[in-house]
Amino acid sequence: MRRAVQKLALVAESATACSSLHQQALAPLCTSATSALAQGASQSPLCQSNYRGRVFVPASTRGFAANSHDLFNQHKDTPDNNADNVFEWTEANLKRAQDIIDRYPPNYKASAVIPLLDLAQQQNYGFLSLPAMNSVAKMLEMTPIRVYEVATFYSMFNRSKVGKYHIQLCGTTPCRLQGAQHLQDTLEKTLGIHIGETTKDGMFTLSEMECMGACVNAPMLAVADYSGGVEGYSYNYYEDLTPADTVKIIEALRKGEKPKINSQYRNKAEPRGVIQDGKWTPSEGTLTLTTPPRGPIVTNPDL
Amino acid sequence: MALNMQRLGRMLPSLPVSRAFSTAAGPAATQATSPTPPSPPPPPPPSDTAEVFVDGQPITVPKSFTVIQACDAAGVDIPRFCYHQRLSIAGNCRMCLVEVEKSPKPVASCAMPVMPGQKIKTDTPLVKKAREGVMEFLLINHPLDCPICDQGGECDLQDQAMIFGSDKSRFVETKRAVDDKNLGPLVKTVMNRCIHCTRCVRFSSEVAGTEDLGVTGRGRDSEIGTYVEKLMQSELSGNVIDLCPVGALTSKPYAFTARSWELKSTESVDVSDALGSNIKVDARGSEVMRITPRLNEEVNEEWLSDKARFQYDGLKRQRLNTPMVKGPNGLQPATWGAAFEAIRGAMAGAKGDEIKAIAGKLTDAETLVATKDLLNRLGSGNMKHEDDVAAEPVCADVRSTYLANTTVMGFEQADAILLVGTNPRHESPVFNSRLRKAFLDGAEIASIGPNIDLTYKYQHLGSEPAALSQLLASEHPFLEKLKSASAPAIVIGPGVLRREDRDAVMRAVHELVDKAGVVRPGWNGFNVIHDSASRVAALDLGFVPSASARSAPPPKVVYLLGADDWMDREVPEDAFVIYQGHHGDKGATRANVVLPGAAYTEKSGLYVNFEGRVQQTRAAVPVLGDAREDWKIVRALSEVLGARLPYDTHSAVRARLAEVAPHFALINNLQQPVWLNGEVLQKDVPFQSPVNNFYMTDSVSRASAVMAKCILAKQEAKN
Repeated sequence: MRRAVQKLALVAESATACSSLHQQALAPLCTSATSALAQGASQSPLCQSNYRGRVFVPASTRGFAANSHDLFNQHKDTPDNNADNVFEWTEANLKRAQDIIDRYPPNYKASAVIPLLDLAQQQNYGFLSLPAMNSVAKMLEMTPIRVYEVATFYSMFNRSKVGKYHIQLCGTTPCRLQGAQHLQDTLEKTLGIHIGETTKDGMFTLSEMECMGACVNAPMLAVADYSGGVEGYSYNYYEDLTPADTVKIIEALRKGEKPKINSQYRNKAEPRGVIQDGKWTPSEGTLTLTTPPRGPIVTNPDL
Repeated sequence: MALNMQRLGRMLPSLPVSRAFSTAAGPAATQATSPTPPSPPPPPPPSDTAEVFVDGQPITVPKSFTVIQACDAAGVDIPRFCYHQRLSIAGNCRMCLVEVEKSPKPVASCAMPVMPGQKIKTDTPLVKKAREGVMEFLLINHPLDCPICDQGGECDLQDQAMIFGSDKSRFVETKRAVDDKNLGPLVKTVMNRCIHCTRCVRFSSEVAGTEDLGVTGRGRDSEIGTYVEKLMQSELSGNVIDLCPVGALTSKPYAFTARSWELKSTESVDVSDALGSNIKVDARGSEVMRITPRLNEEVNEEWLSDKARFQYDGLKRQRLNTPMVKGPNGLQPATWGAAFEAIRGAMAGAKGDEIKAIAGKLTDAETLVATKDLLNRLGSGNMKHEDDVAAEPVCADVRSTYLANTTVMGFEQADAILLVGTNPRHESPVFNSRLRKAFLDGAEIASIGPNIDLTYKYQHLGSEPAALSQLLASEHPFLEKLKSASAPAIVIGPGVLRREDRDAVMRAVHELVDKAGVVRPGWNGFNVIHDSASRVAALDLGFVPSASARSAPPPKVVYLLGADDWMDREVPEDAFVIYQGHHGDKGATRANVVLPGAAYTEKSGLYVNFEGRVQQTRAAVPVLGDAREDWKIVRALSEVLGARLPYDTHSAVRARLAEVAPHFALINNLQQPVWLNGEVLQKDVPFQSPVNNFYMTDSVSRASAVMAKCILAKQEAKN
């Protein structure tokens, strides 16, 4: 329940003030800052607020499950997701599922659980409902709990209803250093939702993900497109993003267009540049590794 | 607080290694002995052993051992949470870290196999620091609620934190909070306390065979649970309470009723089924507070069925605590003298076989022999056990025809098992876990009988005796399997003995035994299992109708020894009924005179389990009110009836028992089965288990509110 309370507290946060919960928690740190604010001075770095005045809540106290929008690691009945829902494999997907199962020896059928769950998620509009997981369990002759364990472990499996486009913003250090927080602010403003929420029209779900391995083109986000079922499914990276690029991508997706994927500013390592202060800044010459490396130089004596 | 040795002893029960093949003789390894130690396995050939050094002390152990087992064998205590010798190795608590020479880091001893010449160090500064560090991490999210925790005082985490932990934590962030799970009316959960050792998960998937529990989520957010809220489906679910090293899973009925150090433990035997699981009855004053299993490798290992564990609240309800005599206003409290006088009056009008005794499910052997002696002295041979419902009584002449000759432990060797008319999951859940163990070791199991989930895969050959005939008639694949098996076994359920065509079924089974060579030199695979604790003792003592009693007229006096499940034709309308027992159930309602007896927790009595093992209960609490031990009541009554029984002390009754059946001093007396002749098979009457409601089978469990809740919960889960 505590998680739900925290989540509600997050939702209830107004656009202008910290929630009382966080105000209390951060009160000792903020004393100097609030007095400074009263004098119109800048805020203390310890109580950094984003542009909407909202205090950034560290992920460690936020209390989500493996991914941003599943609050619990236990099943809670909702109208979209309960044991009475129906999940039927389409004929094409049944064939796909069989192809996947055939890749593994018959006594190791359970190896197919991750690809099958992925397939079920694509067919089921982006999330794994209880009947979807049960049908995978039945297909692979596993007990349902073993499937639930896998589905709750991986952040790419969603267990509650998501929008057509699942926007997953990288929140790990390199992207944060390159301005991921600004992207988050922009996304939240543009979509009118916070991390872990879905827009009212059911178009977008916003999530925070850990490192997706595109640090070289930080900041980045990934979009899972569930609008077209298994056939139209795509999972694309959008890299080297400025807040303005992010808005463009959202608008394009909203219109059903296909925005430019991968880096927004280059096709390979060239041209050199970096996102700095919310805009693309080309770089000239070598910026790092300009001097010979310091010792000790260790080489493998076997080579 | 010193490490609770008794509890550790439960955690490390009899180790498969013994000093027999340890080269260094030392006094250390004796702390973990079982009450009835299994015979030590023969020393393996030298090539299969390895010599290792534990803290410099040499010890020779099988090569299959892990480092923690070698340390246990050397008598060195290694702290552990996730490791359990009856479950698979998880290696996730890291508490068992030890130093191994030439290994750069401390190693998890539970997951590291021994190597010849390995030098294991368990008391170095590195090990101390490693344990302290692990303990600090384990305590990060563990609430400091020991004062309100039921596990307090018998908690592995508490004990080990005291010994191996630090005095403070450096963790200043918020502790995580986890939803409590509803696992049904038996297991209480406080999931904040969970340290994710996964013993319960492994138990439910490996031993119980009902995969209910799992670990959901990951990292800091991982939780133990069922994901979808549901009841634990197993009849062995209470064992996760014992397995849980912390207070995350505790007993719901026991919650907040007692502290472990207030309890007086009495070693006893369970009577809720015919397996005779060894139990510890924990009492405070005159009240039984809880029942926990006691280790006995040959019977119940360390498991206990939910009924045996949780029915004790039935001992506090519906009890008979004073003699009663039926008058014009129904049953009225009376003195013992008045009750005996009433009986004498009624007995005066009956002679010979007109006096009938029916033994109940929970009657101890002493009472059986005393009653038999009394009836014989009164000229009657009209006695029977209430489970003997078929027209012809079960033949008690040859002991091996009604015993599980393979023995419970012997089933671990069986490689082909045929179940006939039995549902072991309900008739004896702990025995069923032994069958599951055999299944996991590769035994092939087939069943002729109810088609139900037995927690393991089996071939269902049919529900009726016709399947037995088919198995015999043709070159059936399973018959071939039995023939080619090195240790085939047949298990006949208690339902078969209640059938009208019992003799025909038994004859068919014996034919099968002969055909498939189920009984061979050194191996007896013929087994009959029973569902009530007193059944085998009654047969052993010949508590069956005599030849004359079988054609006797309807009885005028019926003496019910705690018998409640008799059929109406057994007790005629006009008969004078004496009910001697401890619960006001069906029998007491019908009675003219009620004699209050002692329940199994209140007396010392002998019971014989279905493999023929004589075991005794011990009095954990005093008898209730005016009640008396059952054999004493019969002895006192004999005096009033002028047929004085020649024993005055308990030991004299025991001596009489050994006189009637010498194995009451001898355990596991195996005999070869003989042929039985019988009638025609009722080919279309399906086999049925007599246990159609696992949670309520006798007067104690019928009086238990917890058992009633279990039934409700199962029904709700079905709907």
